[in-house]
Amino acid sequence: MLKKFFAAVAVGFFVSLINNYALAQKTPQAGDTLPEMELMKPSDEAHLQYLGLSGSGTFKIHQIKADAVIIQIFSMYCPYCQADAPNVNRLYGMLTGNPQLKDRIKIIGIGAGNTQFEVNTFRKKYKVEFPLIPDADFKVHKIIGEVRTPFFIVVRLDGSKKPKVIYSKLGAHEDIEAFLKQIIKLADIK
Amino acid sequence: MKKKIFLSSVAILFFATNALALSDAYKNNIYKTGRLKPVDSVLKVKIGEKAPDFTLPAVSGKKISLKKYRGRKNVVLSFVPAAWTPVCSDQWPGYNIVKDIFDEHDATLLGISVDNIPTLHSWTKQMGKLWFEVLSDFWPHGAVADKFGVLRSDGTAERAVIIIDKKGLIRYIDVHDINERPPLESIVRELEKLK
Repeated sequence: MLKKFFAAVAVGFFVSLINNYALAQKTPQAGDTLPEMELMKPSDEAHLQYLGLSGSGTFKIHQIKADAVIIQIFSMYCPYCQADAPNVNRLYGMLTGNPQLKDRIKIIGIGAGNTQFEVNTFRKKYKVEFPLIPDADFKVHKIIGEVRTPFFIVVRLDGSKKPKVIYSKLGAHEDIEAFLKQIIKLADIK
Repeated sequence: MKKKIFLSSVAILFFATNALALSDAYKNNIYKTGRLKPVDSVLKVKIGEKAPDFTLPAVSGKKISLKKYRGRKNVVLSFVPAAWTPVCSDQWPGYNIVKDIFDEHDATLLGISVDNIPTLHSWTKQMGKLWFEVLSDFWPHGAVADKFGVLRSDGTAERAVIIIDKKGLIRYIDVHDINERPPLESIVRELEKLK
């Protein structure tokens, strides 16, 4: 009985090692395919609608109804993310305020190591209107190479299940207008 | 059965990973500690007991005594292991944006580390302007952490949250796994109980 248990522990250990190795991927760069990640669907109906989703459970980035998605990796505990929150809010405002862009470029935040409560705290503090999704167990954070925060990844969606990374950057953007212009160009949004 | 529980615990320890999400605020200046023994001390205080008093120097230049809050404020003590280490660096900046939650519960926060004042000054400067006092338990080394029983064998403190009510009684103790950050909601939940 004990032998069987030892064997199970050993197998579990090696499977876990392989899993961790597989999960700890490199940071996505422009030209890469975005690694597959499952995110919790927002419970807020307006956020679900914004993303073009419905129901509960999980979703994948390619299911978002948009041509391009800006993914902000942040943490409630990150001072730079806190300082950058008004800028990212402004970016969201520039997108939603522009009829040519509002349905084509969407933005989500993923709270690395943040619980739902912590993500909500960040939202309340900085009056964030776009969807913020918790990644309490760092699962997504590992998949994207354990980046420092804030980190931005922009993907182009083409209807396939493999979003293409068109931009990635560590750190806040000094010029949010220039960033948006660059995204529009890279995503080939006309 | 006991063997099974022990082996399962060992397995969980092996499988756990040391995840963290460092802010870019610290650039590459954070010392990677690797995964540490989750808890390495024996508590010397209990819930319901009077908290041992202490006076420590703060980064602000003040001397802070626990007893000055008696009858005025609930106190959350946040012991962290060491400056410039991974999880610690991503803990207090989160508390820094929830002053309103502490105010709502008539509570204050005292951050405590065994580092000296100059080190704490440099480190906390990366976190922005903190609304709470950061205390140095450097000399006699770790004496306050030791009073509470949260001084580890290597001279660092545990990652511990201790909540003391206005009567000076200990109402909550969480000597957390040093490798992980306690979720904010655990503190808020306990503060709500003090209302």
